[in-house]
Amino acid sequence: MSSEDLGFLWALLVNGASIGLMYALIALGFVLVYKATDAINFAQGEFVMLASFAAALALGIGGMPVIAAVLLAVALMIGFSFGLERVVLRPLLGRPVVAVIMATIGLAAMLRGLPPITIGGETRALPLPVGDEPVRLGAASLPPIQVVGAIVAVLFFVAFTWFFKKSRMGVAMRAVADNQQVAMAMGINVERYFALAWAMAGIVSALGGVLWGSMLGVDVHVAVIGLKVFPVVILGGLDSIGGALVGGLIIGIVESLAAGYLDPYVGGGTKDFAPYLLMILVLMFRPYGIFGKRKIERV
Amino acid sequence: MLSLNNIEVVYDGVILVLKGVSVQVREGEITTILGANGAGKTTTLKAISGVLRSERGEVTKGSIEFGGKRIDGLRAFDVTRLGLVQVFEGRRVFEHLTTEENLIAGGHTQREPRRVRERIGMVYDYFPRLKERRDQQSGYLSGGEQQMLAIGRALMSDPKVVLLDEPSLGLAPMLVEEIFANVQKLVKEEKLTVLLVEQNATLALEIARHGYVMENGRIVLEGDAEKLRSNSDIKEFYLGLNEVGGRTSYRDVKHYRRRKRWLS
Ligand SMILES: Nc1ncnc2c1ncn2[C@@H]1O[C@H](COP(=O)(O)OP(=O)(O)O)[C@@H](O)[C@H]1O
Ligand SMILES: [Mg+2]
Repeated sequence: MSSEDLGFLWALLVNGASIGLMYALIALGFVLVYKATDAINFAQGEFVMLASFAAALALGIGGMPVIAAVLLAVALMIGFSFGLERVVLRPLLGRPVVAVIMATIGLAAMLRGLPPITIGGETRALPLPVGDEPVRLGAASLPPIQVVGAIVAVLFFVAFTWFFKKSRMGVAMRAVADNQQVAMAMGINVERYFALAWAMAGIVSALGGVLWGSMLGVDVHVAVIGLKVFPVVILGGLDSIGGALVGGLIIGIVESLAAGYLDPYVGGGTKDFAPYLLMILVLMFRPYGIFGKRKIERV
Repeated sequence: MLSLNNIEVVYDGVILVLKGVSVQVREGEITTILGANGAGKTTTLKAISGVLRSERGEVTKGSIEFGGKRIDGLRAFDVTRLGLVQVFEGRRVFEHLTTEENLIAGGHTQREPRRVRERIGMVYDYFPRLKERRDQQSGYLSGGEQQMLAIGRALMSDPKVVLLDEPSLGLAPMLVEEIFANVQKLVKEEKLTVLLVEQNATLALEIARHGYVMENGRIVLEGDAEKLRSNSDIKEFYLGLNEVGGRTSYRDVKHYRRRKRWLS
């Protein structure tokens, strides 16, 4: 390999990893909810979209300072997911899983329809004050917003890992994930922890929405990132936080490599194809993902 | 301290499982409910602890009182907060959590972190093996260690009453002895009150003060443990069964039941 080839590979890896961290952050919202409540949220991408709209409108129309717009998006998403759990999902508790899945699919479709019928379909800018001088890492160079996104994602993963390992609430939440009935008998208010899980997913979605919306521009296409959540969580394991991180990185990098090396030959599109191919292979060989929890079998 | 007054329990709105059960549990004592598989023992404990509802069961008649307060109809975590906690049949540890994390989860109702640490220390004093295994994922502990953990976890909330569901199930006799000795010690030293459900009548009647025999959703016999030990029916039915041991003889028991019912 020539040094030019190596440089190209490095650039693809760095770029893929930084995008992968965004996928990981957004997948984290899905994992938090699934881990604690067993609910599969097909509207994760739409949550992200909703947050990006909130921030873009607060900035553009409301003329708010950036920090206020971000906080508004966070507050809105906490309230939204909290309310969703309370009003729509809690009554479905104990019903077949498919009821919750259908409810979130319906919600996703509604949320995607919302912007065009209310504020129009144009793409809005969501500028964050991070400058536009590319950040150079050897042969790779990244837009600053991607660097910020990667840092935020890493911080979130560190914070949540600490929470679940070291705090009493985090341990209680894992107990709920492990066995709801027994958790209840230990004095844990299970429903309150369901609500907490959704609220945490709301926070993650809000930050994800602001960052992703800023990278892409805000319109309904922001929601498409939801489609990346599935390969990421299948790869990493539906209920594994570390898995979401590793899964996100792998999908980001695979996409980037596919786009860099294969697209010139097939004329494009491998970026969307590769993650799902990988997902299907994983389903065939490791159905619980790389880090997902297995049922423990003892003799 | 704890009393069940003529309670009826129905699952799914139609399946009547408990048909008027009355049980008195006195403070600072071990009371036991004996009975064959399917008699309704577990259901009785679940009715008390309030987890019945998550299985679509309901107390439809009678009342359950704890320290003079009616607790039937309370949610499970509220019952635990009052100082009454259930140890489930088959251990049911949080298997993806470590031993110590199980204990921390069990101490969820404690307000102060300091109390949680104190209780963990106390549990380790009673069950030193748990201390050795503190950082191990509990799903991989042995059956005996899991049973100790299930009991220890229940103690974390500083309960007044512990409901123990078949702690001897599937364990080697030596381990069962060790666990029962610890339960006895807890009752004495920590002023614990225990309602113990068992199929193993010999063992249960050794540590209990008072006993009930349940059959088909009804209490069919009641008395001091000493008296029950010498009761010829119990001897033949349970103590005999235990000598033969376990499942293989269950058919004979059923057969026996057809011929002769308690109190008939
Ligand atoms: N969730 C449930 N729904 C319907 N029936 C149940 C349920 N749990 C237990 N039962 C029935 O209630 C009866 C008593 O069960 P149980 O209380 O578990 O007995 P034991 O603990 O004495 O073995 C059994 O016939 C069992 O089939
Ligand atoms: Mg039982």
